[in-house]
Amino acid sequence: MTETVAAPEEAPEPVRRAGVGDVLLDVQDLRTYFHVMDGTVKAVDGVSFSIRKGGRLALVGESGCGKSVTALSIMRLIETPPGEFAGGKILFEGTDLLTMDDRHIRKVRGGEIAMIFQEPMTSLNPVMTVGDQIMEAILIHQGVNKKGAQEIALKALQDVGVADPKRRLKQYPHELSGGMRQRIMIAMALSCNPKLIIADEATTALDVTIQRQILELIKAIQERTGAALLLITHDLGVVAETVDDVAVMYAGRVVETGTVEEVLLHPRMPYTRGLLESIPSQGKRGQRLSAIKGTVPNPFRLPPGCKFEPRCPFGWETCVESEPELITIGRDRSARCWLNDKRFAGRLASYSAPPATEPR
Amino acid sequence: MTIQSQAVDPGVPPPVVAPGPAQSQTLIKIENLKTYYPIRAGLLRRVVGNVRAVDDVSFEIRKGEVFGLVGESGCGKTTLGRTLLRLEKPTSGKADFDGTDLLKLQGRELKAMRRRMQIIFQDPVGSLNPRMPVSDLIGEGLLAQATPENGWGQRKTRDKRIGDYLEEVGLRREYSRRYPHEFSGGQRQRIGIARALALNPEFIFADEPVSALDVSIQSQVLNLLADLRERFNLTFLFVAHNLSVVQYISDRVGVMYLGKVVELADVTELYAHPRHPYTVALLSAVPDPDPRVRKRHLVLKGDVPSPANPPSGCRFHTRCWLREQLGNPENCVAEEPLVRDIGAGHLVACHHAEKISDNVAREAVQGSIQVGEQARSPELAPIIAPDEVPGQDLDSPPPLSSEPGYDAPPAV
Repeated sequence: MTETVAAPEEAPEPVRRAGVGDVLLDVQDLRTYFHVMDGTVKAVDGVSFSIRKGGRLALVGESGCGKSVTALSIMRLIETPPGEFAGGKILFEGTDLLTMDDRHIRKVRGGEIAMIFQEPMTSLNPVMTVGDQIMEAILIHQGVNKKGAQEIALKALQDVGVADPKRRLKQYPHELSGGMRQRIMIAMALSCNPKLIIADEATTALDVTIQRQILELIKAIQERTGAALLLITHDLGVVAETVDDVAVMYAGRVVETGTVEEVLLHPRMPYTRGLLESIPSQGKRGQRLSAIKGTVPNPFRLPPGCKFEPRCPFGWETCVESEPELITIGRDRSARCWLNDKRFAGRLASYSAPPATEPR
Repeated sequence: MTIQSQAVDPGVPPPVVAPGPAQSQTLIKIENLKTYYPIRAGLLRRVVGNVRAVDDVSFEIRKGEVFGLVGESGCGKTTLGRTLLRLEKPTSGKADFDGTDLLKLQGRELKAMRRRMQIIFQDPVGSLNPRMPVSDLIGEGLLAQATPENGWGQRKTRDKRIGDYLEEVGLRREYSRRYPHEFSGGQRQRIGIARALALNPEFIFADEPVSALDVSIQSQVLNLLADLRERFNLTFLFVAHNLSVVQYISDRVGVMYLGKVVELADVTELYAHPRHPYTVALLSAVPDPDPRVRKRHLVLKGDVPSPANPPSGCRFHTRCWLREQLGNPENCVAEEPLVRDIGAGHLVACHHAEKISDNVAREAVQGSIQVGEQARSPELAPIIAPDEVPGQDLDSPPPLSSEPGYDAPPAV
């Protein structure tokens, strides 16, 4: 057996892969607020991005930046109240998911859009067998009888590389390892042939060798089925290896978009750059890591201007006073930073001091 | 026996071992340490087996170094550290700390030793009692270790020390009156570090100290640990599953798999010339944030076997890619590989370690840059005036928001 050793990857893919077509999901200026006792948390406040059919996009950001709430909004899994969709649209194949009635959204959720969650233990029902859980969605969405559903479930388990799928169908989640549970989650997500797969930190809780297995699996399946992928993660390494396009989020906003190469090699927003620079590596041994100073702002007391300004090594008065829009830099390339505004074009040159030093 | 003599590709230059602190003193010497947890079953709760969390491990930690320990969850790295601190009961073996056997200490002597060895926990939330103000969280240890000489029993001395160490970790003195919920994750981890430092320890067991933190906060805490290490002359056992973090901070690194140390070397040597197939697979699995890098991924099959019933012979043989390449040699299953020195203190426990060439290791661990040749932009990319971007009509810049008091932007 030689499959264990993956063949070295071939020549780099073109920026746009063949077969990637029209816009499948178009999130426009989404605002998801939560009304809680202490006030209103604007968890998502003006998020826009789109994914083409068969495309692969990552939403990147640190905890609390609103990336998971964005995903749950797409699935309409936000409880209202306390949640509220305060504005924007989520167009899926041209239809706004936010105004869709409950009966129709149930068809989309799990059928057309499937989600793989972070915690494979808590997102599986501990008192239902694996088989019943996979078949539940198939029975709802595909109009087959129990026997047909079981066949589809077996096939789905085979597709995600589960050995001895017949036995697995009768097992309970606690009998399975973390990697196996995540495979079950993926099998459930795939069983209804979704057009869009949302993977919310799907590999974060896994060990690195198991993460590798699951990443390779998600990539292979995505390529085989042609489904679009929305990957939600905080790991820039996973981003670089898995997707074509990136949207970086900070404090409920998208702050930078572009292809993986552009964003990770030539960040145009100081936050993205700070994230990249703070990753420890061999070359930085013996040096201080450049850290982003301070912490993520309190959602109840967001600064009036650019939300990143208090931590930004480049900020000036304009940034304190007014918040930039997502400034278009090129095709599908934008950044929410005044440095990209041509009126401030000379600005960057005047900063000679080393950026991003942390407080002691 | 050296790697060079048996390496498959002789064209590759011999591994260069950094002149490590080989002559420096040993602080902790671990010999044949075993920590088993009994599995009980039946009416009489008889022991029917053991979970071999740490199974016959031997290595040294040198004075002043950061010894990194990596491995996947359940490999025994945390148990090993906790056993050294006597938080878990060892089954057998020896662990010498500066001439005293840690595992035999009792009563007063053990308590005195505890001051010299401290721990930083992984979970910044769970490791701080939510009902205690910071002054009690840090002061509790001082009070327990108070002697007439150090005067920690007196409120005034103690409070001063608490304030001093809060400042040492980058927090304000006044914070001593606050409670844990008033702090962010990174700040809580700093409190945990201050608590360990306040006792003036020589050795700190850092158990995944940055795993629960966001990337931007993680680098702040790593910088802090590096500073403190120098300032207080500390020795660290640094346990983490993030291989980049371990590479950044450690001087020497040990790799654990199912209760055994399978490879141990100087950090640069280990990451550049791994010789255990598990280490190679582990390093190759780490995703690289540089999109131009293409790595050869050695995807391991299956899961880590149960430490209650480890595989015979080499414990890694059930998932080993090298064994398959070599046509499944018998001795992997039959004989347990001993830890051996393959040159300059590079220890490895694999029968076939020499079959891994530097080329294979390089492709799997570092990968090669294939997309474009330009380097990552050292500064933020030069700002192109938006009207130079082809196909974009951006002559009218986006309007600035009309915040009160906002004036027209300065002319550039």
